[in-house]
Amino acid sequence: MAKYSSKEMVLNMGPHHPSTHGVLRFILQTDGEMMVKATPDVGFLHRGLEKIAEKVPWQSFMPYTDRIDYLASVNCNLGYALAVERLAGVEVPERAEYLRVIAAELGRLGSHFIGFGALLLDLGAVTPFVHALRERETFNDLMEMLTGARLTHNYVRIGGVSHDLPEGFLDKCREFVDHLEHEFIPEFNDLISFNSILINRLANVGVITEETAREFTLVGANLRGAGVPFDLRKDEPYSIYDRFEFDVPVGRGKFGQRGDCYDRYWVRVEEVTESCRIIRQAIDGLPGSGETRTRLPKVFKVPEGEAYVRTESPRGELGFYIISDGGKMPYRLKIRTGSFSSITIIEHISQGVMVADLVAIIGSLDVVAPEIDR
Amino acid sequence: MSREELIAKLNAALEGWLDTNEQARTMPNNDIMIVLRSESLLEAMGRLRWDSAFEFSVLMNHLGVDYKDRFGVIYNIFSPSLGRKLTVKAYVEHEKPVVHTLESLYRGINWYERETYDMLGIVFRRHSNLRRLLLPEDWEGHPLRKDYVYPESYGGQDHSREDLLDSCASGKTAKGDSDG
Repeated sequence: MAKYSSKEMVLNMGPHHPSTHGVLRFILQTDGEMMVKATPDVGFLHRGLEKIAEKVPWQSFMPYTDRIDYLASVNCNLGYALAVERLAGVEVPERAEYLRVIAAELGRLGSHFIGFGALLLDLGAVTPFVHALRERETFNDLMEMLTGARLTHNYVRIGGVSHDLPEGFLDKCREFVDHLEHEFIPEFNDLISFNSILINRLANVGVITEETAREFTLVGANLRGAGVPFDLRKDEPYSIYDRFEFDVPVGRGKFGQRGDCYDRYWVRVEEVTESCRIIRQAIDGLPGSGETRTRLPKVFKVPEGEAYVRTESPRGELGFYIISDGGKMPYRLKIRTGSFSSITIIEHISQGVMVADLVAIIGSLDVVAPEIDR
Repeated sequence: MSREELIAKLNAALEGWLDTNEQARTMPNNDIMIVLRSESLLEAMGRLRWDSAFEFSVLMNHLGVDYKDRFGVIYNIFSPSLGRKLTVKAYVEHEKPVVHTLESLYRGINWYERETYDMLGIVFRRHSNLRRLLLPEDWEGHPLRKDYVYPESYGGQDHSREDLLDSCASGKTAKGDSDG
């Protein structure tokens, strides 16, 4: 009788795999259905953005920031603009601040739809993904109205935003937000969030404790899912976020242990409602008229110095460390992204899980590949 | 704790480890920056990490910089108990850039240090897995160095082209020669 070998098997997942969210590769060591280790291999989308930044003038780098996180490009624009403004001491008109917040929170909505939608798709639930994608479509339409582009918006400028509002935008935006809060989210939750199959797939899977999350420098919804109530919009308010009232959802172990995949999923679903609240307040507070952009000198130079400015993007802390030597271009620009820290933890938490659960873990961390590779 | 108090405390606690040429200073975003001597980086960062008066337990960001005559390694750390951010910098010589890894203090730094190694060629002593991260293993050179020469070809593919980025920045028309 043939003996069964119990040798470890090495499998390749990706770079082209439907559930790796972009071009991302994992080298899996498996023992039957159990995972011994999953090692991420990244760099397939490396475009050298940090090198490009050293070669283009300050304003010209803005379109490149769109490409850091293609699901929420306005948030990346905003992070870069804030960093340069802080270094150069540029003031932003009041109206532009509100427009930025509206655009950034819409970006967060759009990103979360794909974030939790794709997680569900990876787990085999196709219908909810299509529901989320339908809302993303409305988001795309709104952004097209506002910025002229559906994916790489390039809306924020150093010192303001590129255009003022188009006619009828605010009404549509308000309608969208009301629809999300009162129709989409309750319907979505009834459809899938409280579905017992989904709960079984996500609860108690890929648990990240508060301590591990801190050690691996997790940020954003992943950190909050582990039970740490840390949100830069609240704890270190930038732009005008201190004027708005909103809550910071944290993981509480809703259906299992705190910090499991379900908690991270649920934090994102709850953040949709919070973003809706912020957008509504920003629309109400928007000044009736005024400048939307500060005039910058034709040859824009940033005084010598360095600063690290971080903002809360949909994938967590998005930081720009900028060193200027007083010239027309950055001397060094470092982009710190949320996905980069999320991916480092996968090697650690994938030890000893089922092979099928790895997909849930990757999806729940909401990793976007270009953000890792830049 | 006010900024002045914290700076005084930092100066006292890190005495002997600080770079004597540069004082603690405030950055444009109101962070405090201190400069450490690169050979005492591990001890000094250990103090900042574990001392109950500081507890800078969160690593926000790490990067390396090429200053042409030397390299810099920069760590942005955060203390949840103090609610304060700190930027720590250390200079490394250009010829043989070596600095001790901080993996024992911040587990998440592994990939950051790999990226710095990949992009700038700064070697992290006793790093557990110091391989290239974003570029292919057989890539030559470290792109974020200021004296980096763009490769003419890779893997048998020709990559030579007019250097568009440089000509864009200087406002001239595209030239045939590369900046080298």
